[in-house]
Amino acid sequence: MTTIPVLPNHKLPVTNINHPRQSFMRLAGNFFTAITRLAAFNFKFFKEVLRPPYEFKVFIQQAFLVGNKSLPLISITGFIMGLVLTIQSRPTLAEFGAVSWLPGLVSVSMIREMGPVITALIFAGKVGSGIGAELASMKVTEQIDAMEVSGVNPFKYIVVTRVLATTLMLPVLVIFADTVSLWGAYIGVNLQGNVNIHLYFLQVFATLKFADVVPAIIKTFLFGYAIGIIGCYKGFNANSGTEGVGAAANSSVVYGSLAVFLIDMVAVQLTSLFT
Amino acid sequence: MKMFVAEITHLKKSFDGNEVLKDINIKLEKGQNLVILGRSGSGKSVLIKCMVGLLNPDFGSISLLGKDIAALSERDLNVLRKKIGFLFQSAALYDSMTVRENLEFPLHGSKEKTRKEIDALVMEMLKNVGLEDAIDKFPSELSGGMRKRIGLARALMLKPEIILYDEPTTGLDPITSREISNLILEVQKKYNAASVIITHDVECARITANHIVMIKDGYCAAEGTFQELSESTDDWIRSFFNQEK
Repeated sequence: MTTIPVLPNHKLPVTNINHPRQSFMRLAGNFFTAITRLAAFNFKFFKEVLRPPYEFKVFIQQAFLVGNKSLPLISITGFIMGLVLTIQSRPTLAEFGAVSWLPGLVSVSMIREMGPVITALIFAGKVGSGIGAELASMKVTEQIDAMEVSGVNPFKYIVVTRVLATTLMLPVLVIFADTVSLWGAYIGVNLQGNVNIHLYFLQVFATLKFADVVPAIIKTFLFGYAIGIIGCYKGFNANSGTEGVGAAANSSVVYGSLAVFLIDMVAVQLTSLFT
Repeated sequence: MKMFVAEITHLKKSFDGNEVLKDINIKLEKGQNLVILGRSGSGKSVLIKCMVGLLNPDFGSISLLGKDIAALSERDLNVLRKKIGFLFQSAALYDSMTVRENLEFPLHGSKEKTRKEIDALVMEMLKNVGLEDAIDKFPSELSGGMRKRIGLARALMLKPEIILYDEPTTGLDPITSREISNLILEVQKKYNAASVIITHDVECARITANHIVMIKDGYCAAEGTFQELSESTDDWIRSFFNQEK
């Protein structure tokens, strides 16, 4: 039986580094270490969020920044999503003579899936990367240490406020993006047809059910939390130097986006169990 | 009788098996400027980071103002930290805050002072470092020397009993370095605070030190006054001090 020496990653013998079993062991080791650290980071968040003093002023400031920063981009994207989805769906529905279903189809697609997921992805790109880069830069320039030696808990001041802000602001942004996209869809419907606004919204709300709206909003809280906590984790644990800042920003977006898809997949399964 | 505000005993610290500090023993008297001199990478910054609990030592004890920091809870450690000022090598000013907000930050969460008192304190500290005009500027608008001065003003905000300086003159031109060194001396006289000054700048040590400890290979290799060490016959100590001559 072959014995595989257990060594820290940087001490792995160079000649064996490409050995499939050792590469796999190394990857698995790194993966489980990262998962454990992230779990501990999450646990610390829940411990600190409940413990006074509360940084309410900083939270409000962060909530404003997070929402304000993403609003123009999310408005434009939401409008285009609604418009494009309507234009693209029309020919298929026309083949079956079901063009009148267009408002209902677009609203269900937007509210249930596309609005939350696309808004969350934009949010991960815009806000998640910003948090990752900002915190990494603070870490590299010793600003986090400076907070700690000032007797201020940096985790509470920086991480808790930002994660709460992303968790609570993403649902607001998604509701806003959904609304804008319905207006985009209304314009899309009227580009090749003539549906008055009253009838359009009547069809939209007649199609939407409680089970379409509520689970879609609930999952956006989870998206916001995941994007915030991953951005903070990556920034807080960044390596020294400018390279570390870039890597933290990049991985915040990549893992934040991946988390959005994973949560969405689980949320869809759970929703289908109850509806 | 001498009164010590900081005592470090048999301190050891290693990173990934690399022993940076092997056996450090230091005592800091009240009101004294203690300079820790050593080459780059000798573990000087690690030493003061251990002193404020930013790093945990592997062995040994650190007592500040009569309290063993390893035995303190997080809350008590934060209370103790309010009595210690720290000037970082890079000044570590908060980029997103103005100079005023940076200076007010150590008072965060404290309700002891009124707005008027805080404003007066900010102005007093800026006056100490001669930068009253920079109050509404952001750190990115300041030069390296100005950032160090603001960093010092922030460290003084809570009128600490101990001030830790991490390479206060690194990256500055000789004139600004001298100004910062003189400022450290003024602060010592004005607030009677004890200071630990980590440096490899012999000129800074000459201006500021009441006592010098030299670190080599993780140990306290020599100690004494500037005069005593500069007249040493030891080759290593001489090589350090002769660079000026």
